[in-house]
Amino acid sequence: MGTRVYRKRKCVDWVMRSWCIVATLFAVVPLFSVLAYVFVKGIGGLSWNFFVELPKPVGELGGGVGNAIVGSFVLLGIASVVGIPVGVLGGVYLSEFGSNRFGKAVRFCADVMAGVPSILIGIFVYTLVVLSMGSPSALAGGIALSILMLPTIIRTTEELIKLVPTSLREAGLALGMPKWRVILRVVLPAGMSGIATGVMLAIARAFGETAPLLFTAGYNRFWSASLDKRISSLPVQIYEYASSPYEEWHQQAWAAALILVLIVLILNVSAKLLTSSRSHAR
Amino acid sequence: MITAKQMFQLRSMSAGVGVPEEKMPFNKENMLHNSADDAKSVGKMRVEHLQAWFGKAEIIKGVSLSVADKKVTAIIGPSGCGKSTFIRCLNRMHEVVPQALVSGKVFLDDVDIYEKQIDPVKIRSRVGMVFQRPNPFPTMSIRENVLAGLKLNGVKIPRPDELVEKVLEQAALWGEVKDILNRSGASLSGGQQQRLCIARALALEPEILLMDEPCSALDPIATSRIEELIHSIGKICTIVIVTHNMQQAARVSHYTAFFYMGELVEFNDTDILFTKPGKQQTEDYITGRFG
Repeated sequence: MGTRVYRKRKCVDWVMRSWCIVATLFAVVPLFSVLAYVFVKGIGGLSWNFFVELPKPVGELGGGVGNAIVGSFVLLGIASVVGIPVGVLGGVYLSEFGSNRFGKAVRFCADVMAGVPSILIGIFVYTLVVLSMGSPSALAGGIALSILMLPTIIRTTEELIKLVPTSLREAGLALGMPKWRVILRVVLPAGMSGIATGVMLAIARAFGETAPLLFTAGYNRFWSASLDKRISSLPVQIYEYASSPYEEWHQQAWAAALILVLIVLILNVSAKLLTSSRSHAR
Repeated sequence: MITAKQMFQLRSMSAGVGVPEEKMPFNKENMLHNSADDAKSVGKMRVEHLQAWFGKAEIIKGVSLSVADKKVTAIIGPSGCGKSTFIRCLNRMHEVVPQALVSGKVFLDDVDIYEKQIDPVKIRSRVGMVFQRPNPFPTMSIRENVLAGLKLNGVKIPRPDELVEKVLEQAALWGEVKDILNRSGASLSGGQQQRLCIARALALEPEILLMDEPCSALDPIATSRIEELIHSIGKICTIVIVTHNMQQAARVSHYTAFFYMGELVEFNDTDILFTKPGKQQTEDYITGRFG
């Protein structure tokens, strides 16, 4: 091979590699600058009181987003109680019995739902739940979030259950277990850590959603007394603060945003840890 | 050219383990034939004109034979001859696969297991199965694996520890795992996993144990341990073993059935089948001329 050909190849290699690096930088820079910007802007507003106190009226110093943090977790709790069982069982259905027409339709709907703008889900729950209950409530917000989580949970559960080897199912069946018991006691446990990862990712996504909560959970400046009352949540709180004309509320919005980002980060990292502990076990 | 007889002598000399000492002549006249009438002879399990399909492909083309009680019956034949499919029909595991179909009769103690009112789940707890690849439950400990068949079916076990020790002892695994019973079943070696699977099947006290090439994924040492095991549990339980290894069939079994292209070519005492095969096809196969 001539040295010229060789030199040309090296040159092309160098150009392509630089190109990839530059493109990666372009992708990564906005990502990190968002994180860094939120961190820089928000860190000044953080204090113990910010985590536990109620928002204060304009003009008064201090105040916090305690009710919004609690509210977010309450909403997530309701969403999980509704969404996880339905989603996991739906996924089990699709993988074990879903090779018929109905299964295909459900799978298609789940895929479409995953791409539906979240505000549509908000409107849907608004007309269905909020209008009949008379006012936005924690319950309605939780239901909206659970609908948002469903497609992810259904599809990850289905995929992970399909990964469980047939030999394990056959082992269970050959021990004289009925099929439902094999699914419950052998197949689900074998896919559990992966399913848990999918559920965590769905939760992390739901945690940051604002649009479906705007008309369903509403906004509440105080601690929420019951599940059929309006409830505050971090994303909606940030929305309220950021769209206000007051400087100190903007500062609080940054601090709340930082908390939100940190919680989502923790949820994502724990999902990662779950996955890696699974690959260790194999 | 080596004859079948010489071949048999060769393998008798080289076989270190598990040659069954006492070989009861079992209704020999009846055993020599394959017709449905003769298959009605005494036996733990009796198969009459069994046919099995995957979709449109007929895998088993009308097989009748009888499995002797508390004896080891081997099924040999070249790859794809339907031997695995055949034993999967004996505990109704064949129909688990989509598109799979079975016709014919399989009598277990004179009751046809393909009768409409029979629950396949019950049959499978009476007729256990060990698969080609060891498949312990990865999320369970060794102990839980052994007890899985009972526990997951909600059976109360009066003395679980004793049962675990007993069946692991039967499966010749107790000595190796008695101190690590709480470790994952997947942490064992391949051969140990296979013995764990045998123990798991034995815990249900099956009347028949079906083994589908239980040694094909194992090395020679693990294989010889499993063979010893087959020999010892063959005394307490009826065994049907599929193997593509003729020496293994000769070492462990009392009776051997030779399958070819979905049909039962010959079924006889292992000694006779390997020394004086009645059919040309059998002789060709056991002397290695094809397959």
